[in-house]
Amino acid sequence: MEYIITFLDKNGLVFAFLITGLIMYFSERISKTLTRGKIPGSAISIFMGLVLAYFAGLETLGKKGIADIPGFSGFEIMGGPMFRDFAIVSTAMGASFAIIKKTGPIGVLSLFLGVIISFAAGVIIAYAMGITDAESLTTIGAGACTFVVGPVTGTALGASSDIIAISIAAGVVKSILVTIGTPLIAPYIGLKTPQSAMIFGGLMGTTSGTAAGLAATDPKLVPYGAMTATFYTGLGCLMCPSVLYFLMRAIL
Amino acid sequence: MLLRGVALLAACFVSGQILGETLGRFLGIQANVGGVGFAMLFLILSQNELEKRGLFHLEMGEGVHFWSKMYIPIIVAMSSVQNVRVAFSNGLLALLAGIIPVIACLALMPLLSKLAPKD
Repeated sequence: MEYIITFLDKNGLVFAFLITGLIMYFSERISKTLTRGKIPGSAISIFMGLVLAYFAGLETLGKKGIADIPGFSGFEIMGGPMFRDFAIVSTAMGASFAIIKKTGPIGVLSLFLGVIISFAAGVIIAYAMGITDAESLTTIGAGACTFVVGPVTGTALGASSDIIAISIAAGVVKSILVTIGTPLIAPYIGLKTPQSAMIFGGLMGTTSGTAAGLAATDPKLVPYGAMTATFYTGLGCLMCPSVLYFLMRAIL
Repeated sequence: MLLRGVALLAACFVSGQILGETLGRFLGIQANVGGVGFAMLFLILSQNELEKRGLFHLEMGEGVHFWSKMYIPIIVAMSSVQNVRVAFSNGLLALLAGIIPVIACLALMPLLSKLAPKD
Protein backbone atom coordinates (compact mmCIF):
# COMPACT_ATOMS: atom_id res chain seq x y z
CA MET A 1 0.00 0.00 0.00
CA GLU A 2 2.71 2.39 1.10
CA TYR A 3 4.48 2.31 -2.28
CA ILE A 4 1.22 2.90 -4.15
CA ILE A 5 0.51 6.07 -2.17
CA THR A 6 4.09 7.25 -2.76
CA PHE A 7 3.62 6.57 -6.46
CA LEU A 8 0.32 8.51 -6.58
CA ASP A 9 1.82 11.47 -4.75
CA LYS A 10 4.80 11.49 -7.09
CA ASN A 11 2.49 11.49 -10.12
CA GLY A 12 -0.07 13.69 -8.42
CA LEU A 13 -1.17 15.84 -11.33
CA VAL A 14 -1.91 12.87 -13.58
CA PHE A 15 -3.81 11.10 -10.81
CA ALA A 16 -5.82 14.31 -10.23
CA PHE A 17 -6.77 14.30 -13.94
CA LEU A 18 -8.05 10.76 -13.52
CA ILE A 19 -10.10 11.42 -10.38
CA THR A 20 -11.51 14.68 -11.73
CA GLY A 21 -12.49 12.84 -14.90
CA LEU A 22 -14.35 10.25 -12.81
CA ILE A 23 -16.11 12.95 -10.76
CA MET A 24 -17.21 14.67 -13.95
CA TYR A 25 -18.36 11.42 -15.57
CA PHE A 26 -20.57 10.50 -12.63
CA SER A 27 -21.88 14.07 -12.35
CA GLU A 28 -22.84 14.00 -16.01
CA ARG A 29 -24.73 10.74 -15.42
CA ILE A 30 -26.49 12.18 -12.35
CA SER A 31 -27.38 15.29 -14.35
CA LYS A 32 -28.91 13.21 -17.15
CA THR A 33 -30.72 10.58 -15.09
CA LEU A 34 -31.74 12.27 -11.83
CA THR A 35 -32.33 15.86 -12.97
CA ARG A 36 -33.09 15.14 -16.66
CA GLY A 37 -30.40 17.63 -17.61
CA LYS A 38 -32.01 20.47 -15.65
CA ILE A 39 -28.98 20.97 -13.40
CA PRO A 40 -25.85 21.06 -15.59
CA GLY A 41 -23.26 18.34 -15.03
CA SER A 42 -20.58 20.94 -14.42
CA ALA A 43 -22.59 22.46 -11.54
CA ILE A 44 -22.99 18.99 -9.99
CA SER A 45 -19.26 18.23 -10.37
CA ILE A 46 -18.30 21.50 -8.67
CA PHE A 47 -20.73 20.74 -5.87
CA MET A 48 -19.35 17.20 -5.54
CA GLY A 49 -15.87 18.68 -5.31
CA LEU A 50 -16.99 20.86 -2.40
CA VAL A 51 -18.67 17.91 -0.66
CA LEU A 52 -15.51 15.82 -1.04
CA ALA A 53 -13.47 18.72 0.33
CA TYR A 54 -15.79 18.99 3.32
CA PHE A 55 -15.53 15.31 4.27
CA ALA A 56 -11.79 15.28 3.62
CA GLY A 57 -11.51 18.28 5.94
CA LEU A 58 -13.45 16.47 8.67
CA GLU A 59 -11.26 13.40 8.26
CA THR A 60 -7.81 15.03 8.05
CA LEU A 61 -8.53 18.34 9.88
CA GLY A 62 -6.39 19.92 7.16
CA LYS A 63 -6.95 23.10 5.19
CA LYS A 64 -6.58 21.80 1.67
CA GLY A 65 -9.63 19.59 1.17
CA ILE A 66 -8.89 16.28 -0.52
CA ALA A 67 -5.32 17.37 -1.25
CA ASP A 68 -4.60 16.53 2.41
CA ILE A 69 -5.45 12.86 1.86
CA PRO A 70 -2.30 10.81 1.14
CA GLY A 71 -2.10 10.09 -2.59
CA PHE A 72 -4.30 13.02 -3.57
CA SER A 73 -1.72 15.79 -3.21
CA GLY A 74 -1.82 16.45 -6.97
CA PHE A 75 -5.14 18.23 -6.55
CA GLU A 76 -3.25 21.10 -5.02
CA ILE A 77 -1.49 21.64 -8.34
CA MET A 78 -4.47 21.02 -10.59
CA GLY A 79 -6.81 23.11 -8.43
CA GLY A 80 -4.21 25.70 -7.49
CA PRO A 81 -4.11 29.32 -8.62
CA MET A 82 -1.59 28.77 -11.43
CA PHE A 83 -3.71 26.40 -13.51
CA ARG A 84 -6.89 28.21 -12.52
CA ASP A 85 -5.63 31.59 -13.75
CA PHE A 86 -4.03 30.07 -16.85
CA ALA A 87 -7.33 28.48 -17.81
CA ILE A 88 -9.34 31.63 -17.03
CA VAL A 89 -7.02 33.68 -19.26
CA SER A 90 -7.42 31.16 -22.08
CA THR A 91 -11.20 31.68 -22.08
CA ALA A 92 -10.59 35.26 -23.24
CA MET A 93 -9.76 34.04 -26.74
CA GLY A 94 -12.66 35.03 -28.94
CA ALA A 95 -14.13 37.39 -26.34
CA SER A 96 -15.21 40.68 -27.80
CA PHE A 97 -12.95 43.59 -26.97
CA ALA A 98 -15.65 45.99 -28.19
CA ILE A 99 -18.12 44.78 -25.56
CA ILE A 100 -15.50 44.94 -22.80
CA LYS A 101 -14.59 48.49 -23.76
CA LYS A 102 -18.21 49.59 -23.97
CA THR A 103 -19.21 48.03 -20.63
CA GLY A 104 -15.96 49.10 -18.95
CA PRO A 105 -17.27 52.18 -17.08
CA ILE A 106 -20.26 50.27 -15.65
CA GLY A 107 -17.88 47.45 -14.75
CA VAL A 108 -15.74 49.88 -12.74
CA LEU A 109 -18.83 51.29 -11.02
CA SER A 110 -19.99 47.78 -10.13
CA LEU A 111 -16.52 47.03 -8.69
CA PHE A 112 -16.64 50.00 -6.31
CA LEU A 113 -20.25 49.30 -5.33
CA GLY A 114 -19.44 45.62 -4.86
CA VAL A 115 -16.57 46.31 -2.45
CA ILE A 116 -18.36 49.05 -0.50
CA ILE A 117 -21.67 47.21 -0.13
CA SER A 118 -20.06 43.87 0.83
CA PHE A 119 -17.88 45.70 3.34
CA ALA A 120 -20.81 47.61 4.84
CA ALA A 121 -23.00 44.51 5.07
CA GLY A 122 -20.18 42.55 6.74
CA VAL A 123 -19.55 45.35 9.24
CA ILE A 124 -23.24 45.70 10.13
CA ILE A 125 -23.57 41.96 10.76
CA ALA A 126 -20.43 41.87 12.89
CA TYR A 127 -21.61 44.91 14.86
CA ALA A 128 -25.03 43.35 15.39
CA MET A 129 -23.31 40.26 16.78
CA GLY A 130 -21.43 42.19 19.42
CA ILE A 131 -18.09 43.18 17.84
CA THR A 132 -17.33 46.83 18.50
CA ASP A 133 -13.66 47.67 17.81
CA ALA A 134 -12.81 49.30 14.49
CA GLU A 135 -9.98 46.86 13.61
CA SER A 136 -12.11 43.71 14.03
CA LEU A 137 -15.14 45.24 12.30
CA THR A 138 -12.99 46.35 9.35
CA THR A 139 -11.37 42.90 9.10
CA ILE A 140 -14.73 41.10 9.00
CA GLY A 141 -16.09 43.64 6.52
CA ALA A 142 -13.02 42.96 4.39
CA GLY A 143 -13.63 39.20 4.71
CA ALA A 144 -17.09 39.80 3.30
CA CYS A 145 -15.30 41.02 0.14
CA THR A 146 -13.09 37.97 -0.51
CA PHE A 147 -11.06 35.50 1.53
CA VAL A 148 -7.89 37.29 0.43
CA VAL A 149 -8.99 40.81 1.36
CA GLY A 150 -9.93 39.69 4.91
CA PRO A 151 -6.53 38.37 6.05
CA VAL A 152 -4.59 41.04 4.14
CA THR A 153 -6.61 43.75 5.91
CA GLY A 154 -6.56 41.98 9.29
CA THR A 155 -2.79 41.57 9.15
CA ALA A 156 -2.30 45.21 8.16
CA LEU A 157 -4.48 46.44 11.05
CA GLY A 158 -3.16 43.95 13.61
CA ALA A 159 -6.50 42.18 14.20
CA SER A 160 -6.51 39.04 16.38
CA SER A 161 -6.10 35.65 14.71
CA ASP A 162 -9.60 34.39 15.53
CA ILE A 163 -11.09 37.50 13.86
CA ILE A 164 -8.86 36.87 10.83
CA ALA A 165 -10.06 33.24 10.80
CA ILE A 166 -13.68 34.43 10.79
CA SER A 167 -12.90 36.84 7.94
CA ILE A 168 -11.37 34.02 5.89
CA ALA A 169 -14.34 31.78 6.65
CA ALA A 170 -16.79 34.52 5.57
CA GLY A 171 -14.90 34.89 2.29
CA VAL A 172 -14.93 31.12 1.70
CA VAL A 173 -18.68 30.97 2.45
CA LYS A 174 -19.19 33.76 -0.09
CA SER A 175 -17.12 32.00 -2.74
CA ILE A 176 -19.00 28.71 -2.23
CA LEU A 177 -22.38 30.45 -2.23
CA VAL A 178 -21.58 32.25 -5.50
CA THR A 179 -20.30 29.00 -7.05
CA ILE A 180 -23.47 27.07 -6.22
CA GLY A 181 -25.96 29.94 -6.38
CA THR A 182 -25.05 31.58 -9.71
CA PRO A 183 -26.62 29.03 -12.08
CA LEU A 184 -29.73 28.89 -9.88
CA ILE A 185 -30.27 32.66 -9.67
CA ALA A 186 -29.06 33.59 -13.18
CA PRO A 187 -32.51 33.60 -14.85
CA TYR A 188 -33.97 35.90 -12.18
CA ILE A 189 -31.30 38.60 -12.33
CA GLY A 190 -30.97 38.70 -16.11
CA LEU A 191 -27.52 37.11 -16.12
CA LYS A 192 -27.33 36.07 -19.76
CA THR A 193 -25.37 38.72 -21.67
CA PRO A 194 -21.64 39.54 -21.61
CA GLN A 195 -22.54 42.99 -20.21
CA SER A 196 -24.48 41.50 -17.29
CA ALA A 197 -21.64 39.03 -16.63
CA MET A 198 -19.19 41.94 -16.33
CA ILE A 199 -21.47 43.69 -13.83
CA PHE A 200 -21.96 40.44 -11.94
CA GLY A 201 -18.19 39.85 -11.72
CA GLY A 202 -17.69 43.38 -10.40
CA LEU A 203 -20.39 43.05 -7.76
CA MET A 204 -19.41 39.57 -6.54
CA GLY A 205 -15.65 39.82 -6.80
CA THR A 206 -14.61 36.34 -5.75
CA THR A 207 -12.80 35.34 -8.96
CA SER A 208 -13.02 31.63 -8.22
CA GLY A 209 -16.70 31.76 -7.23
CA THR A 210 -17.72 34.01 -10.11
CA ALA A 211 -15.81 32.03 -12.71
CA ALA A 212 -17.07 28.68 -11.42
CA GLY A 213 -20.63 29.93 -11.13
CA LEU A 214 -20.60 31.41 -14.63
CA ALA A 215 -19.03 28.25 -16.05
CA ALA A 216 -22.00 26.30 -14.72
CA THR A 217 -24.42 28.94 -16.05
CA ASP A 218 -23.02 29.57 -19.53
CA PRO A 219 -19.30 29.08 -20.31
CA LYS A 220 -19.44 31.92 -22.84
CA LEU A 221 -19.90 34.39 -19.98
CA VAL A 222 -16.77 33.33 -18.05
CA PRO A 223 -14.24 35.71 -19.64
CA TYR A 224 -16.47 38.75 -19.13
CA GLY A 225 -17.20 38.01 -15.48
CA ALA A 226 -13.59 37.10 -14.71
CA MET A 227 -12.39 40.27 -16.40
CA THR A 228 -13.98 42.53 -13.76
CA ALA A 229 -13.79 40.10 -10.82
CA THR A 230 -10.01 39.95 -11.13
CA PHE A 231 -9.75 43.62 -10.14
CA TYR A 232 -11.98 43.19 -7.09
CA THR A 233 -9.51 41.63 -4.67
CA GLY A 234 -6.92 44.30 -5.52
CA LEU A 235 -9.45 47.09 -5.04
CA GLY A 236 -10.60 45.54 -1.75
CA CYS A 237 -7.01 45.23 -0.46
CA LEU A 238 -6.54 48.85 -1.43
CA MET A 239 -9.70 50.29 0.14
CA CYS A 240 -10.36 48.19 3.26
CA PRO A 241 -7.21 48.89 5.32
CA SER A 242 -7.19 52.55 4.24
CA VAL A 243 -10.27 54.59 3.31
CA LEU A 244 -12.82 52.18 4.76
CA TYR A 245 -10.82 51.69 7.96
CA PHE A 246 -10.50 55.45 8.48
CA LEU A 247 -14.22 55.73 7.86
CA MET A 248 -14.87 53.11 10.57
CA ARG A 249 -12.62 54.99 12.98
CA ALA A 250 -14.50 58.20 12.25
CA ILE A 251 -17.90 56.56 12.80
CA LEU A 252 -17.04 54.73 16.04
CA MET B 1 1.99 25.41 -34.24
CA LEU B 2 0.02 23.97 -31.34
CA LEU B 3 2.73 24.91 -28.90
CA ARG B 4 2.97 28.39 -30.38
CA GLY B 5 -0.61 28.90 -29.24
CA VAL B 6 0.19 27.62 -25.75
CA ALA B 7 3.31 29.80 -25.69
CA LEU B 8 1.28 32.84 -26.75
CA LEU B 9 -1.14 32.13 -23.89
CA ALA B 10 1.79 31.70 -21.50
CA ALA B 11 3.35 34.95 -22.68
CA CYS B 12 0.09 36.83 -22.06
CA PHE B 13 -0.28 35.12 -18.68
CA VAL B 14 3.24 35.92 -17.49
CA SER B 15 3.24 39.52 -18.67
CA GLY B 16 -0.27 40.20 -17.35
CA GLN B 17 0.41 38.65 -13.94
CA ILE B 18 3.73 40.46 -13.56
CA LEU B 19 1.98 43.71 -14.45
CA GLY B 20 -0.67 42.93 -11.80
CA GLU B 21 2.00 42.14 -9.18
CA THR B 22 3.95 45.28 -10.06
CA LEU B 23 0.82 47.41 -9.83
CA GLY B 24 0.13 45.88 -6.39
CA ARG B 25 3.67 46.73 -5.23
CA PHE B 26 3.37 50.20 -6.69
CA LEU B 27 0.14 50.78 -4.74
CA GLY B 28 1.74 49.37 -1.60
CA ILE B 29 -0.59 46.38 -1.10
CA GLN B 30 0.19 42.69 -0.82
CA ALA B 31 -2.03 41.63 -3.69
CA ASN B 32 -2.09 41.15 -7.42
CA VAL B 33 -4.16 43.92 -8.95
CA GLY B 34 -5.98 42.71 -12.04
CA GLY B 35 -3.22 40.39 -13.29
CA VAL B 36 -5.69 37.96 -14.84
CA GLY B 37 -7.61 40.82 -16.42
CA PHE B 38 -4.49 42.29 -18.02
CA ALA B 39 -3.47 38.85 -19.30
CA MET B 40 -6.91 38.41 -20.86
CA LEU B 41 -6.69 41.80 -22.56
CA PHE B 42 -3.23 40.94 -23.90
CA LEU B 43 -4.56 37.67 -25.31
CA ILE B 44 -7.54 39.33 -27.01
CA LEU B 45 -5.40 42.13 -28.44
CA SER B 46 -2.57 39.89 -29.64
CA GLN B 47 -5.04 37.50 -31.26
CA ASN B 48 -6.66 40.41 -33.12
CA GLU B 49 -3.27 41.74 -34.18
CA LEU B 50 -2.02 38.35 -35.40
CA GLU B 51 -5.26 37.72 -37.29
CA LYS B 52 -4.97 41.09 -39.00
CA ARG B 53 -1.49 40.18 -40.21
CA GLY B 54 -2.60 36.71 -41.22
CA LEU B 55 -0.23 35.10 -38.74
CA PHE B 56 -2.84 33.44 -36.55
CA HIS B 57 -2.82 29.79 -37.46
CA LEU B 58 -5.90 27.64 -36.72
CA GLU B 59 -3.74 25.19 -34.81
CA MET B 60 -2.47 27.99 -32.60
CA GLY B 61 -6.06 28.62 -31.59
CA GLU B 62 -6.41 24.95 -30.67
CA GLY B 63 -3.50 25.24 -28.27
CA VAL B 64 -5.34 27.96 -26.41
CA HIS B 65 -8.69 26.24 -26.83
CA PHE B 66 -7.48 23.13 -25.05
CA TRP B 67 -6.91 25.16 -21.90
CA SER B 68 -10.24 26.89 -22.05
CA LYS B 69 -11.85 23.44 -22.27
CA MET B 70 -9.79 22.32 -19.26
CA TYR B 71 -11.28 25.19 -17.36
CA ILE B 72 -14.23 23.34 -15.80
CA PRO B 73 -12.19 20.29 -14.70
CA ILE B 74 -9.71 22.69 -13.09
CA ILE B 75 -12.54 24.44 -11.28
CA VAL B 76 -13.80 21.05 -10.05
CA ALA B 77 -10.33 20.30 -8.71
CA MET B 78 -10.21 23.76 -7.18
CA SER B 79 -13.49 23.30 -5.35
CA SER B 80 -12.25 19.99 -3.96
CA VAL B 81 -9.26 21.68 -2.28
CA GLN B 82 -11.26 24.43 -0.57
CA ASN B 83 -11.35 24.68 3.20
CA VAL B 84 -15.08 23.90 3.29
CA ARG B 85 -14.94 22.58 6.85
CA VAL B 86 -13.74 25.92 8.21
CA ALA B 87 -16.40 27.77 6.24
CA PHE B 88 -19.12 25.77 7.96
CA SER B 89 -17.58 25.40 11.40
CA ASN B 90 -16.69 29.00 12.14
CA GLY B 91 -20.09 29.80 13.42
CA LEU B 92 -23.00 31.96 12.54
CA LEU B 93 -21.04 35.19 12.13
CA ALA B 94 -18.88 33.80 9.32
CA LEU B 95 -21.91 32.26 7.61
CA LEU B 96 -23.96 35.46 7.78
CA ALA B 97 -21.01 37.67 6.81
CA GLY B 98 -20.56 35.47 3.75
CA ILE B 99 -24.21 35.23 2.73
CA ILE B 100 -25.83 38.64 3.43
CA PRO B 101 -23.32 40.75 1.39
CA VAL B 102 -23.93 38.51 -1.63
CA ILE B 103 -27.66 39.06 -1.37
CA ALA B 104 -27.18 42.81 -0.89
CA CYS B 105 -25.01 42.99 -4.03
CA LEU B 106 -27.38 40.83 -6.06
CA ALA B 107 -30.15 43.29 -5.29
CA LEU B 108 -28.17 45.88 -7.26
CA MET B 109 -27.86 43.71 -10.38
CA PRO B 110 -31.09 44.82 -12.11
CA LEU B 111 -30.35 48.51 -11.50
CA LEU B 112 -26.81 48.31 -12.90
CA SER B 113 -28.00 46.21 -15.84
CA LYS B 114 -30.33 49.05 -16.80
CA LEU B 115 -27.35 51.42 -16.91
CA ALA B 116 -25.35 49.10 -19.16
CA PRO B 117 -25.09 50.01 -22.85
CA LYS B 118 -27.10 47.79 -25.19
CA ASP B 119 -25.51 46.25 -28.27
